[in-house]
Amino acid sequence: MEIAAQIGDEVTSGLAYIGELAALGWRAAYFTFVGPFRGRPIRFRSAISQAMQVGVGALPILSLITFFIGLILALQSAYELRKFGALNYVAGAVALSMTRELGPLITAILVIGRSGSAFAAEIGTMRVTEEIDALETMAIDPVDFLVTPKFLAMIVMLPCLTIWANAMGILGGALFGVSAANFTWGRYLQASLDALYLRDITTGLIKSVMFGITITAVGCYEGLATGAGPEEVGRSTTRAVVISIFLVVMVDLVFTALFFFLGNG
Amino acid sequence: MTVAMEKLSGEKNGADTKAADVLISVRNLHVRYAQREILHGINLEAHSGETVVILGGSGSGKSTLLRTMVGLEKPSGGEIWIAGKNLAVISAPDLKEIRKKMGMSFQGGALFGSMTVGENVALPLREHTKLEESTIEIMVRLKLEHVGLLGYESYMPSQLSGGMKKRAAVARALAMDPAILFFDEPSAGLDPIIAAGIDNLILQLKKAFHMTIIVVTHELASAFLIADRMILIDKGYVVAAGTPENMRDCTQPRVRQFLDRVAEPEVAGEMDYLQMLTEGTSNTEGTVEDKRGA
Repeated sequence: MEIAAQIGDEVTSGLAYIGELAALGWRAAYFTFVGPFRGRPIRFRSAISQAMQVGVGALPILSLITFFIGLILALQSAYELRKFGALNYVAGAVALSMTRELGPLITAILVIGRSGSAFAAEIGTMRVTEEIDALETMAIDPVDFLVTPKFLAMIVMLPCLTIWANAMGILGGALFGVSAANFTWGRYLQASLDALYLRDITTGLIKSVMFGITITAVGCYEGLATGAGPEEVGRSTTRAVVISIFLVVMVDLVFTALFFFLGNG
Repeated sequence: MTVAMEKLSGEKNGADTKAADVLISVRNLHVRYAQREILHGINLEAHSGETVVILGGSGSGKSTLLRTMVGLEKPSGGEIWIAGKNLAVISAPDLKEIRKKMGMSFQGGALFGSMTVGENVALPLREHTKLEESTIEIMVRLKLEHVGLLGYESYMPSQLSGGMKKRAAVARALAMDPAILFFDEPSAGLDPIIAAGIDNLILQLKKAFHMTIIVVTHELASAFLIADRMILIDKGYVVAAGTPENMRDCTQPRVRQFLDRVAEPEVAGEMDYLQMLTEGTSNTEGTVEDKRGA
């Protein structure tokens, strides 16, 4: 009975946490999409600065990782496919795996490590040094001022990064195709495109937008909830990374299942 | 009605009574964090143009009182009246309007590290006014001149000394021409010369703008220099209130201990320590509130 009560408590607090994330996400979405029609201009300068950090700053490492993932995928799928003499299907296998699943997921995990943690650390430090309190006493909403530009940058940049990650993954697969499976670069690319439907790309991009919202909400929430003392910033950052990874996988599962049962998967 | 009152209320009527002159009125204020009550029925009044110093030792609840007065903490009971609005039950839009007419200087400055000093001071103006950028730049220079930091607009907060950070924070607090200015430990962590400079700045602001200033501090020299009235808080209770002269003459033991800088008796053993803890968390009903001069 005690274990059941404990599980019940954990589930309740988990749901309450998700409710608070949803409330924060809702407020950020309000300031982004409704605010401009109510006399609150979008903070473009700040959003562009965030977009540079979230997006452009992540390109080199994301390119490298997804290129290698594409190469690994090609090697792993070739291991099985060559038993059936079907090495020419490697291109399709890599393209589908990247666009539907690995492109959005790897991008999200990388962005959690780079930007989700940075959001929590930045806002957490501002909490500790009373900068958040200063915003409030100046009648400036911290969600409007701090979270909204990050939210906007993330929902724009994560799909862009995902498209780039998909391309780099396919390029990684192509390296294997050209060097070990008798493809030319052009034929590999054509085989990849032939295997893909538009919905394969759009479902991945829809997921990436949801991942962006999740990462921003968790990073900013953990930053805002930071307690007193510098050691709390480290704790918030760790929590932001761990919870973001868990929730991104959960969101991935929910949307993959949704697309599957709606017939798009 | 004074200039400060008009700024806050935005209206004029002929009443110029002492009661109408009260800009801030804290009545029977209780604040608790979780199960622990920090403030136990605080009463405080600040008149227009007056400097009120809230004195108290570490952990006495003085910073909590200040944070509650600016709406950063929600009281568990009592009222905080500022310009006819009770902050204990105020709506978010009303609180926002009241806050536009308050300035707050935090203990560490709380300047935004990613912005220059000029951008920090300009922030409230950019957020709440539709002033031209050229006008904002002029106002920023004016505010920085008030605090003796003219020419430091393009400096980052990390390039400033502790005293300069506090001055820059005051310039930011002054940006919207507030009627009330709150200071949290303005001299904390500063050497005596810089601290004296901050005291002079507070006196100048009072003289030049006829502001109502609320200062939380435990620095006695600073408190006696700038205060028109002072209250001493101990363990969440007001133990004395009055003018600096009243306070100097006060014979209340706790006031004397604080003003004469007498250390707490040393803990002799485990039982003493337990007793001290018990006294520290229990309701100290026996405390006498010295109201001479209040």
